[in-house]
Amino acid sequence: MQKKLKLSGILFFVAIIIYLLNVSGILFTVILNSFSKNWFSGLIPKFYTFEWYHYLATDHDIFNLLGLTFSVAIAVVGISLLIAFPAAYAMARREFRFKGVILSLFLLPMIIPPMAYGIPLAMVMYKSHLAMKVIGVILVNLVPIVPFMILVLQPFIEQISANLESAAKMLGANGFTIFRKILAPLTLPGILTAGILSLVKTLSMFELTYLVAGGKTQTIIVALYSDAYAAGFRPIQAIDAMAVIYFLTAMAALVVALKFVSPTQMVFKVK
Amino acid sequence: MSEEKRWDFSLFIVLLPALLFIVFLFIYPFLYGLFLSFTNEDGGFTLANYGRFFTDNWELRTIGITLWIALPATLLNVILAIPFAYYMRHGIKSEKLITFFLIIPITLGTVLISEGMLTYMGPHGWLNQFLMAIGLIKEPFRFTHNYLGVMISVILQGFPFAFLMLLGYVSGINPDLEKAAQMLGASKAKTFWKILFPLMVPGIAIAFCLNFVMAFSVYPSAVLLGQPSGPTRVISIAAYQWSFEKFDFNMGSAISMIMAAIELLVIILVFIWRQRMYKGASIVGKG
Repeated sequence: MQKKLKLSGILFFVAIIIYLLNVSGILFTVILNSFSKNWFSGLIPKFYTFEWYHYLATDHDIFNLLGLTFSVAIAVVGISLLIAFPAAYAMARREFRFKGVILSLFLLPMIIPPMAYGIPLAMVMYKSHLAMKVIGVILVNLVPIVPFMILVLQPFIEQISANLESAAKMLGANGFTIFRKILAPLTLPGILTAGILSLVKTLSMFELTYLVAGGKTQTIIVALYSDAYAAGFRPIQAIDAMAVIYFLTAMAALVVALKFVSPTQMVFKVK
Repeated sequence: MSEEKRWDFSLFIVLLPALLFIVFLFIYPFLYGLFLSFTNEDGGFTLANYGRFFTDNWELRTIGITLWIALPATLLNVILAIPFAYYMRHGIKSEKLITFFLIIPITLGTVLISEGMLTYMGPHGWLNQFLMAIGLIKEPFRFTHNYLGVMISVILQGFPFAFLMLLGYVSGINPDLEKAAQMLGASKAKTFWKILFPLMVPGIAIAFCLNFVMAFSVYPSAVLLGQPSGPTRVISIAAYQWSFEKFDFNMGSAISMIMAAIELLVIILVFIWRQRMYKGASIVGKG
């Protein structure tokens, strides 16, 4: 018995280590390459340089790109919260006719592939002249984020005793005061969790942004794809330098996120 | 307890933003796509778009290509994730560190992983250098620009996702059930198959579905790591090309609708499987 347990433990760690070695291998090659001069063979580059980062700053307008990416992500998170919080509240507190139908409607965007609904959505955006603009990019990114937020927020609201609200109501508080004095402070952990997880998700959201963004309104992940796709147009090290910058922003958001949630919460859970 | 089931004004107000959102940004575009897929350029009703897809082998084979990537990758991810989640169900040393590293590929997204794989697994990349150094291969092995490359990227992305989801489920199972089974003389294997596995079935079903959604709509890695003009021309590439390269929105919509239909079909099959395995009898096990 004891021996068997050990064997499974060894297998477990060997597999995890192989996985991790490959993932870190992928990341470190990108990082090293972005600092290298002509690394074509050998274990590590022979000459190092910062010129690719300089190139990004001068030729690629990386600061605009980052600014736009963060503006889009923050706008998406803010608007999604405004839409998702009331809906999550209704789902957590009330029983009503068609509740199941409405909940499944909200969850549909999570089980349809983004490319499948993204293409008609992009067509609607082009038709209504919202595509290629920042507003269009924000709108399409709401589609997967709002349902995700409803799912994350609902259990946080369920945890709060409904008696608090009834008591406040009896003491004469109106709906807005109840929200400001009771719901908002008590659900703050939930709001932070939902917000930061959505921020991480929006930063790495590719397909939908790719379908509606124009040259000037693409986020960093789409710019990275376009550069990698048009390989040869820009030096590969410069593409990797951009990948490193994207990697750093995503990791920073992830580290902040993990202050609030455990990794298993990053992949959502459906009852 | 008498629950108010009627809709009143306040309920309507709190649901309104989300309803407007889902109607305008999801249902309307989807129905619009459905409408486009059944019309021709002049707006007349036609089945020609679907007809063209199902008779042209170049288009039709994208379904097979995509399933041939998505199904094995998803199955492998979920089947691999079960023992890993099982092993970590009561928590282990350095669990936080392991889950942190697993979450990284999910956070980074396909584009960065594909970008990195091109160098790391390329002919002069570390992986090939390592495999040649230990004498496993003589010449650089082609990991990228083929089916294998796309497959690896889908697994790298999907495995942590499946694993973390199942871990969430399995650690929610009341450990007393396992102890009780063992006290009554059940072997480890029997405890797993009779107690834990049936309780994991809902989690497995959902992990499979969500993993399949990701794998089935694979796009950036199929372009960057595969051969998008041939062996890895997946259905998303076909839908994108018709819509935004040939600007035939009717045909592009038809392909999107086919994608959604296949996806829903797979989900329905998974839930039939779940129903047969689970039967809802063991809900008490959730602790």
